[in-house]
This record gives sequence, C-alpha cells and structure tokens, in this order.
Amino acid sequence: MSGKTVTRADLAESVFRKVGLSRTESAELVETVIDEICNAIVRGESVKLSSFATFQVRDKNERIGRNPKTGEEVPISPRRVMTFKASNVLKQRVLKAHLSRKAKQKPQSPAA
Amino acid sequence: MIKSELVQIVAARNPHLYHRDVENIVNAVLDEITDALAAGNRVELRGFGAFSVKNRPSRSGRNPRTGDSVFVEEKWVPFFKTGKELRERLNPGADDEDDE
Repeated sequence: MSGKTVTRADLAESVFRKVGLSRTESAELVETVIDEICNAIVRGESVKLSSFATFQVRDKNERIGRNPKTGEEVPISPRRVMTFKASNVLKQRVLKAHLSRKAKQKPQSPAA
Repeated sequence: MIKSELVQIVAARNPHLYHRDVENIVNAVLDEITDALAAGNRVELRGFGAFSVKNRPSRSGRNPRTGDSVFVEEKWVPFFKTGKELRERLNPGADDEDDE
C-alpha cells in the first residue's frame, strides 16, 4: 500500500512541467512556498489552503507526564504544537481513490 | 494566512514572475501532494513534515442518539506529522525529547 515517497524534487518536477520555468527556478520556488508556509506557522498564524488543508498552531499547557519505562513522573513543559486538518476535498479524494483501488484489486468474496 | 496571501508573499519575493504563474506554482505543489496521497504515497518534506495516508479499519460504531449499533466502513484519512525542524522552531530553547 505504501509505494514511493514523494519529495521536494518531485514537487519541483511538477512545477517545471506545469508552469514552464527552468528546473532550477522551479526547485527554488517550491522551496519558497514551503518556507513561507513554515514562517507563517512559526509566527503563530493559521494557514488555510482552500481545498487542501488547514495548519493551526495550538498552545499546550504544562502537564504531568510519566516515563513509561520507569513510571517516574516528569513535568511536560508548555509548548506550541501544530495541528493539521485536511479539507473535505482532500479527504474525499484520498478516500475515493483508495476505495476504487480496493474494489479493483479484490472483487470481495461474497462470504460474510 | 490564506492561499491568496501565500501567493502574494511568494510573488513579492519573485517580482519577475507573473502573479498568475505564482498561483499556478502554489497549486502545482498542493495538487502534487494531493495526487501522491490519493495514489497511496507518502510525501516527505524535510524541515516541514511528512504527509501520509492512514488506514482506519472498519468497526462497529453506535448511533449516539438511539444507541443502535451501526457498521462503520473502513476508511483512509490524510495524516501529517510535523517535522523536527519545524517543531524546534515552534519551541525555541526547549529540548525535544519525544523523538522516535
């Protein structure tokens, strides 16, 4: 089920094919896009990319955790975490693609 | 920040490009990630994080209002794990101990 891993190089290749900039410039622009998304998140902004997803920063309070190996209690310091919420468009795309692949792969036996 | 603001920021850093081109670039990036997830692939962007698809097996759930038991079909959901560098940038000074 898990096939290849897509990286920056693949994103740059897609920009190269679709937009028609040079390969070098395509790679730079992919970098800029990722950078600016990260910068906004670090500034504490939520990033809403319609029909893709929303990235949000949440503040977590201090809480008491436990070392699962020793059972020792340790304080977990307050921190900022990022949450990812996929848009309905993205969720539907992913779900439908997987369902149709599953239907093609295995015409389920009529048992059960 | 919304998508049009992202386009604006990237365009401001690349004054030689048409606004429309920058829009196409941002969309190409997001579409490529979407296509990869639809194909069941993983997208790993060092410094930012990794997108993947998680399988949720079918289960029997309950209608909270009536208590009726209902079958919930197996599903696949997009998932994102924040990268180490971004986590550290969000929490400067704090040492990250919760690593695999």
